Amino acid sequence: MAMPVTHYLRTSKMPHIWCAGCGHGIVLGAVLRAIDSLGLDKDEVCVVSGIGCASRAPGYLDFNTLHTTHGRAIAFATGIKMAKPELKVIVLTGDGDAAAIGGNHLIHAARRNIGITTVCFNNSIYGMTSGQYSPMTPTGSLASTAPYGNIEEPFDLCDLVYAAGASYVARGTAYHALLLSKLIAKAIATEGFSFVEAITQCPTYYGRRNNMRSAVDMLKWQKEHAVPVAAAAKMSAEELVGKFRIGELGTRTRPEYTRRYAAVIETAQKEEAEQDA
Amino acid sequence: MPGSIEAGPAVEGRPAEVPVEINQKWCKGCDICVAFCPKEVLARPEGGKAQVAHPEKCTRCGLCEIMCPDLAIVVVPAARKGTSSRGQGGAADA
Repeated sequence: MAMPVTHYLRTSKMPHIWCAGCGHGIVLGAVLRAIDSLGLDKDEVCVVSGIGCASRAPGYLDFNTLHTTHGRAIAFATGIKMAKPELKVIVLTGDGDAAAIGGNHLIHAARRNIGITTVCFNNSIYGMTSGQYSPMTPTGSLASTAPYGNIEEPFDLCDLVYAAGASYVARGTAYHALLLSKLIAKAIATEGFSFVEAITQCPTYYGRRNNMRSAVDMLKWQKEHAVPVAAAAKMSAEELVGKFRIGELGTRTRPEYTRRYAAVIETAQKEEAEQDA
Repeated sequence: MPGSIEAGPAVEGRPAEVPVEINQKWCKGCDICVAFCPKEVLARPEGGKAQVAHPEKCTRCGLCEIMCPDLAIVVVPAARKGTSSRGQGGAADA
């Protein structure tokens, strides 16, 4: 039985603003089930977001929450984690927020390996501003700013974040909502920087323009194009063209940033005490 | 109490009268629950919200609950018999 998550919601703020069929609510449910599975107290969790459709999420959540400026969620989250390392700091962000305007914050948080979990709601488009292409829009897709098709190639955001130094990187989809919950739970339980890309659907500004007429069509697309990592390992590069891997894509153990910083404070205070003696 | 994120086995025996609660105020009528329910328990009238059309077919697998983008669905465990102990979301409270 899936666990109801309504006890984590500010129910007076519901229903949410997301369009009918928007996958963001499914991803949000997966985040909440992950938190529930870890048995975390509401006061132990701080959820931070930037700007965009995905970034509206914390407004509905009964945790410590912060809705910040465009692309800067991880910068704010870094401050929170430095001040209160005992908190589970979770950034909820979109593909535009995380990969475009906040791209530097993302890679440097990964480089520092600070104990923040970032869940990127990747719907391939800037939905809130009516469908401009983002750094995650697939090549050839139609967008309001790409009426003849997007000529750019998207990032592999998971590869990027792992290469930058993150401790845990995974990808799931709204369709594979149970798997997504499990990946997010493992990410939150990771000590260093953890990143989960959640492929989600924007039926309003991406699907309709790109031959997927409904949210149901878009979820079926996710089902048909996602390949579990174990299966992908046995497939050739040609077989994987147009597909994407889901599951745990990278895990490593590296010193976490706030612990390193605490060690610096300890060393400095010891030296000062010795000088005073 | 921490919960489980397993979908869990289907509950044996006769389901409670309304195994699925749908908060009509939160449902936006996207059809995801209707399309993905493996037992065709749910239906949606033209222009309306999701409804429990065939409660007797429900196995309480929980798929509609985890895939509802409006967080509007709660699958009621057999023992709870139609009331939501966790609160404000369920149709029973609406």
